[in-house]
Amino acid sequence: MAYSEKVIEHYEHPLNVGTLDKEDPTVGTGLVGAPACGDVMRLQIRVNPETNVVEDAKFKTFGCGSAIASSSLVTEWVKGKTIDEAMALKNSQIVEELNLPPVKIHCSVLAEDAIKSAIADFRRKQAERKSKDASVASQSVQPQK
Amino acid sequence: MTPKLPIYMDNAATTPCDPRVVEAMLPYFTEKFGNAASRSHSFGWVGEEAVEYAREQVATLLGAASEKEIVFTSGATESDNLAIKGVANFYASKGNHIITCKTEHKAVLDTCKRLERQGFVVTYLQPDQQGRVTPDDVRNAITDKTILVSLMLANNEVGTVHPIAEIGKVTREKGVLLHCDAVQGVGKIEFNVDQMNVDLASISAHKMYGPKGVGALYVRRSKPRVRIVAEMDGGGHERGMRSGTLNVPGIVGFGKACALAVKEWRQDAAHSLALRNRLRDKLWSQLEMIHLNGADDPARVPGNLNVSFSFVEGEAMMMAIKDVAVSSGSACTSASLEPSYVLRALGVDEELAHSSIRFCLGKFNTEDEVDYVADLVVRQVVRLREMSPLYEMHKEGIDIKSIQWAAH
Repeated sequence: MAYSEKVIEHYEHPLNVGTLDKEDPTVGTGLVGAPACGDVMRLQIRVNPETNVVEDAKFKTFGCGSAIASSSLVTEWVKGKTIDEAMALKNSQIVEELNLPPVKIHCSVLAEDAIKSAIADFRRKQAERKSKDASVASQSVQPQK
Repeated sequence: MTPKLPIYMDNAATTPCDPRVVEAMLPYFTEKFGNAASRSHSFGWVGEEAVEYAREQVATLLGAASEKEIVFTSGATESDNLAIKGVANFYASKGNHIITCKTEHKAVLDTCKRLERQGFVVTYLQPDQQGRVTPDDVRNAITDKTILVSLMLANNEVGTVHPIAEIGKVTREKGVLLHCDAVQGVGKIEFNVDQMNVDLASISAHKMYGPKGVGALYVRRSKPRVRIVAEMDGGGHERGMRSGTLNVPGIVGFGKACALAVKEWRQDAAHSLALRNRLRDKLWSQLEMIHLNGADDPARVPGNLNVSFSFVEGEAMMMAIKDVAVSSGSACTSASLEPSYVLRALGVDEELAHSSIRFCLGKFNTEDEVDYVADLVVRQVVRLREMSPLYEMHKEGIDIKSIQWAAH
């Protein structure tokens, strides 16, 4: 199969390959796909909790060239965006940018799922932290009663 | 030294023509262009003579008792169809049961599936993890309704060699016909239809340094005499078994390729084996977590190295070594989006099936090419693993199988 030049460029020189600390409360991790299907994407974002802006994004992907290119492109796109903007990202934009053929559309779907899953993870962590803070606050209030 | 690029290591898909084959063919396109079936003039006689000479060359390679046992076809897919449907239709009154194996070529499996829809019963033998079936597997599957056993000499994907000689003893003892798709084995390993009790055999020219578009079906003529129903109606060529004007230049080239194989196959096999082992040693000494798919020698054809690089997807690997022509069992390389049915039949993990690469060395490959490819593959596996979340989990000691993956 012939790949588009953009897929080859991202595949040969992928941007943002790497790992962020998944225990960090400002980091959201999305792990999607399955080894048995031949595609696993792990996409991570570091978000500023004050501004909700994605300050860094990293990925690691087990998959074909189009899967690697989709991951690379998405990490580049979400950097500097707010998480609400990143949530609005559609797989069709990836298909268009990379000129993916129909048999590779699932790679773009996976990349969209990965970013949404990473944002959901970040939001879950933030919500947990807030509830913990709240309970700590309520506990600290109690003795004064 | 960097060898000339691109490098061809996909000799199970097809082989280049030997220049001596092309040389033998050339006159039959121009001055010796006659139709071998033209009986009324010298153009036809020249063509017929060339075809009969080639028929002897093919018969010699297969160890056939007579050149009359060779039917020329368009290739092994046609030979497989003609053998299986031809026997099934001729012997339908005797029985309706056929035995084959899950790892056969689609030309055999899909032919069997069609026959099932027509009322035949097919047993698909389960091979072991190396891809082999045993003579006892065959013996146990034979019933009083069995008319045909169809098993390949060597597998196209993993290179596993079935014990055809031993299986031939069983089928002969039981009075069942044995068809052997010998495409991937003939000219590479020992094969002799008489010594192995093979009753029908399919071969293809372009897998053995001959031209594309020509093959043969061996059909035994005595002890037992095998009868088949023809697939195509027409001029009654090839003793009524295969109508259609003969591809004279192709058949001449095929004959020449067979004659070269008779003389040179042992030397070519030793060359391919040495190169394959050189590649294997280089990969295994420099990479961890790599797996050989298929059997060890001697149950493996000399040139085949089918290997899974854990945590690296096959199509991405092929893209990384784009100047090297290989193939992969990864789903991404097939239209079906399913990984190789052969690897799955061997019980290879789906993840490893997606990570498989088949290198097939042939007589025109060189040590320089192997060294270049080995270095490139090692570099690219390391690069792609650095990019693989599965490799990172493996290094952290996480069992990938323990994770609940969402299938998509």
